[in-house]
Amino acid sequence: MALQDKDRIFQNLYGLKEMGLAGARSRGDWDGTKEILAKGRDWIINEMKASGLRGRGGAGFPAGVKWSFMPKEPGPRPHFLVINADESEPGTCKDREIMRNEPHKLVEGALIASFAMGAHASYIYIRGEFFREAEALQRAIDEAYDAGLIGKNACGSGWDFDLYLHRGAGAYICGEETGLLESLEGRKGQPRLKPPFPAAAGLYGCPTTINNVETISVAPTILRRGGSWFAGFGRENNTGTKVFCISGHVNNPCNVEESMSIPLRELIERHAGGVRGGWDNLLAVIPGGSSTPCLPKNPCDEVLMDFDSLRAMKSGLGTAAVIVMDKSTDIVRAITRLSYFYMDESCGQCTPCREGTGWLWRMMKRIHSGEAELEDIDLLEKVTYQVEGHTICAHGDAAAWPIQGLIRHFRPEMERRIIERKGGASAAAA
Amino acid sequence: MPKVTIDGREIEVEAGLTILQAAERLGIEIPRFCYHDRLSIAGNCRMCLVEVEKAPKPIASCAWPVAEGMVVRTRSEIATKARNGVMEFLLINHPLDCPICDQGGECDLQDQAMAYGRGFSRFGEHKRAVPVKTMGPLIRTYMTRCIHCTRCIRFATEIAGVPEMGALGRSEHMEITTYLEGALHSELSANVIDLCPVGALTSAPYAYVARPWELKKTESIDVMDAVGSNIRVDSRGPEVLRVLPRLNEEINEEWISDKTRYACDGLRHQRLDRPYVRRDGKLEEASWQEAFETIALRLQSLDGKKIAAIAGDLADCESMAALKDLMAGLGSSHLDCRQDGAKLDPVNAAGWRFNTTIAGIEQADALLMVGTNPRWEGALVNARIRKRWLRGGFPIGVIGEAHDLTYRYDHLGEGGDALRAVADGSHDFAKVLKDAERPMIVLGMGALTRSDGAAVLALARKIADETGMVVEGWIGFNVLHTAAARVGGLELGFVPGEGGRDVEGILAGAEGGEIEVVYLLGADEIDTARLEKAFVIYQGHHGDRGADCADVVLPGAAYTEKHALYVNTEGRAQRARLSHFPPGEAREDWKILRALSAALDKTLPYDTLEELRARLAQASPVFAAYDKVVPVAWGVFGTEGTLDAAPFATPIADFYRTDPISRASATMAECAAVIAPGPNNAQEKTGTDG
Repeated sequence: MALQDKDRIFQNLYGLKEMGLAGARSRGDWDGTKEILAKGRDWIINEMKASGLRGRGGAGFPAGVKWSFMPKEPGPRPHFLVINADESEPGTCKDREIMRNEPHKLVEGALIASFAMGAHASYIYIRGEFFREAEALQRAIDEAYDAGLIGKNACGSGWDFDLYLHRGAGAYICGEETGLLESLEGRKGQPRLKPPFPAAAGLYGCPTTINNVETISVAPTILRRGGSWFAGFGRENNTGTKVFCISGHVNNPCNVEESMSIPLRELIERHAGGVRGGWDNLLAVIPGGSSTPCLPKNPCDEVLMDFDSLRAMKSGLGTAAVIVMDKSTDIVRAITRLSYFYMDESCGQCTPCREGTGWLWRMMKRIHSGEAELEDIDLLEKVTYQVEGHTICAHGDAAAWPIQGLIRHFRPEMERRIIERKGGASAAAA
Repeated sequence: MPKVTIDGREIEVEAGLTILQAAERLGIEIPRFCYHDRLSIAGNCRMCLVEVEKAPKPIASCAWPVAEGMVVRTRSEIATKARNGVMEFLLINHPLDCPICDQGGECDLQDQAMAYGRGFSRFGEHKRAVPVKTMGPLIRTYMTRCIHCTRCIRFATEIAGVPEMGALGRSEHMEITTYLEGALHSELSANVIDLCPVGALTSAPYAYVARPWELKKTESIDVMDAVGSNIRVDSRGPEVLRVLPRLNEEINEEWISDKTRYACDGLRHQRLDRPYVRRDGKLEEASWQEAFETIALRLQSLDGKKIAAIAGDLADCESMAALKDLMAGLGSSHLDCRQDGAKLDPVNAAGWRFNTTIAGIEQADALLMVGTNPRWEGALVNARIRKRWLRGGFPIGVIGEAHDLTYRYDHLGEGGDALRAVADGSHDFAKVLKDAERPMIVLGMGALTRSDGAAVLALARKIADETGMVVEGWIGFNVLHTAAARVGGLELGFVPGEGGRDVEGILAGAEGGEIEVVYLLGADEIDTARLEKAFVIYQGHHGDRGADCADVVLPGAAYTEKHALYVNTEGRAQRARLSHFPPGEAREDWKILRALSAALDKTLPYDTLEELRARLAQASPVFAAYDKVVPVAWGVFGTEGTLDAAPFATPIADFYRTDPISRASATMAECAAVIAPGPNNAQEKTGTDG
């Protein structure tokens, strides 16, 4: 059963309605914010835990639990909430639409989340290329200040709260939470070693929580309608609604808010007008943004769009950016392009990622053109495992996974290129 | 205290230790490149990955704190695989130029590749090449070899306090550089060469000169300043090829200044390698016997009161003792080791030492510096002050010139007025000192060499007394010397005796004719023009100012060419050791004096170095306690008087050229021109000058 319109959190995801404060209010934003805050920190965090909301930035860490990691009593150092709006994962464009068309959900969420973790200040780190989005968001922040919704005594709750928008300069790695903190502090965007985790020592060494735009934006509605309402969607441990970004070879690429655990096929056919040339023309799907391993058609028939189901297929929900590729796709070239992206965007700090991503890309390039030996595919796979899990942040993993997915599902295609280049006929070509 | 198990062996260590440190306690070595004890943890080389039970991934042991019950495996399959993988990644873009790389033989990467690398490469792509970076006259770069451990960046930012290095670019295009491609503006810059685990940063003056296994390594003491940095002198045949730091936590930790490291080429130039005698206004080569006879002739039947001696900045304790004894034999009491005219009171050792000790700076909680620029006068003292400052809660006040000292301080004033204001409590900083538990004051030569130096000394002692700088187990009164010989000279009493003249008196006497013979023991930093009328005997190793005005030149040995004692500014006697023999006819200094004494028929009562050192130990217990600081009692010193309001000036105009050795060094000359932290060298380049 598809999600009904009344249960969609983002009523203006497509920007058809007014995005300003009045429009936002007409959609229920800023309704009873003071009362929510009055219920206290513990109530908010418990309600978030009850909703089962898992972080929407890709890693899927339970949001309520993350908020509860912040020290209960503020010590000598202030607490901060940092909102990650550096949405740069190829295929992902959900935060962009939220900030464009529903910025007040984010601003209100920032207030509530900050209150829940004892933070008087919050920073939104927005991707530099999101110029219009930054304008829209800043407008919403200004409106909220002018209406007394944030600032001193926000919403009349007695809580002082300041919200700052900071624009990034275009490095993918600044979307990694600690890389983002480094960049926000004015340094070179390089992820930090953990521990210490940001909840203990984050921005300027102070307790900090970093959340994705979508995670923060859905919080006010969850608290208004109750955690159990949100938990009513999707499967256990994969609850709630989620904005899916469907792109690639579909008839109607779109962003859509749907219930978690919707079957992939249903998602594509109901909202994106189906695969170009029909479902049987499907070659592969990258289900969760470019870093998740691709899936060939077979598992796509059955798989549910949630964390656990995709994990069982050795892929992941990631940011829920579904990239659909039909049979006209040169899949090796597509993954090679992703390899280049991850090579180019490595921060260069730690050895396996700095050296490994370049090696992977070069091997992919050779395999794509067939200028390789069959053993190179084994070497390629070994090198991906040599990178994965050995780096400071998850960028190394992100560089390794697409290639591992490719080898897992499309090895014959890779071999075909090598054999044909040598002048032989391959089984795959036959 | 958490208990951890590493490779099946249990150990209890204090909380907060990292896995790597705990493993070291057990003698288990975990390979690393980026980790360094004295730098912040970067965790970026990934060489130290180990397996920790229940952790999903291998863990960087250099950064992970131990926890109760942790089970670590450093040699398991997971750990080995991770390590071998990292090793392979480090090598794929590293050039195979070990045969022409100066790091060869002392390269961490080379060593660890032997242990963890493959015998062949699986990397079939093109290797990365990185353009060479300009990093000044001391550091030669081959950035293709760089493994991006960022030790150099962290050293420059944290220890040296000059945030001039960093990484530009990202991914495999990341490059380590000084942002503007210039020399590091630090007197500690060349330590990055030692820190570099590969051959990316190597020594420019030593480029392609030698292999480490060809060198004779001698553990010795530096004399370029009064810090007494522990060094290793690497020589081949009669040449010192390089100087490296030696670990001494009490003094220089594991750093040395650029002057200590690179002035060694000055040992090859301008050397006095045979005796000279002035005949018809010209210095002519002579034999030892001729030189001694000339001196004996001049001294014959000369009243001892007309003879004087001045010891220079690089003189060792043995030769000063021998000269003092010889002067006593000749009946002269005109001798002085304070050739800069510092008004140090020879009465009480507490009044001329760095009593807090260099390591003791880390215990202090407030600091007042008067007339000193420690960055040039004792670069490693400054590094220690910065280290303490970084920990926080360390207010620093400076009276004198305001230099960039790599840390923040309150500039209280320029001259005597400001000191007076602190002394009478009218300046706020007096309260800061009073409130501190372990305050300290550092007097520089800039404050003591002036005519009111004795009054400054007395006033500083008063401040020390009144702000509680002298308490049980703590003397916060310090003098920062600039000359390696000075404290040794004061300890053995190389100062004017009964009715004796000090340096100023000797020079005036030479002008006026009351002093007829002046013996310069390596004294070059005096106004030699005033010695024109006197008969000057110069004993030293470089043809510098002193030799120019001499009538007889006796060629001595430089600090690398003799077994000798030097007492550093703390009052710590340390032994310099002979790494090679002095050039030509030159001899160890005390032996020259011993031989001369025989020629003058005033034979000194010692025939061996041991006997001479026994004589030194009688003069002061300092000389018997090698490498230790002998405690001293607080006392009265200085002469109260009025203070000049004129600004205290730093005694060092050019950090890179302060003594005969560094003045003869081509490397130092280049540094002075290029890096130029001195006001005398601050010529603005216009961009059209070559």
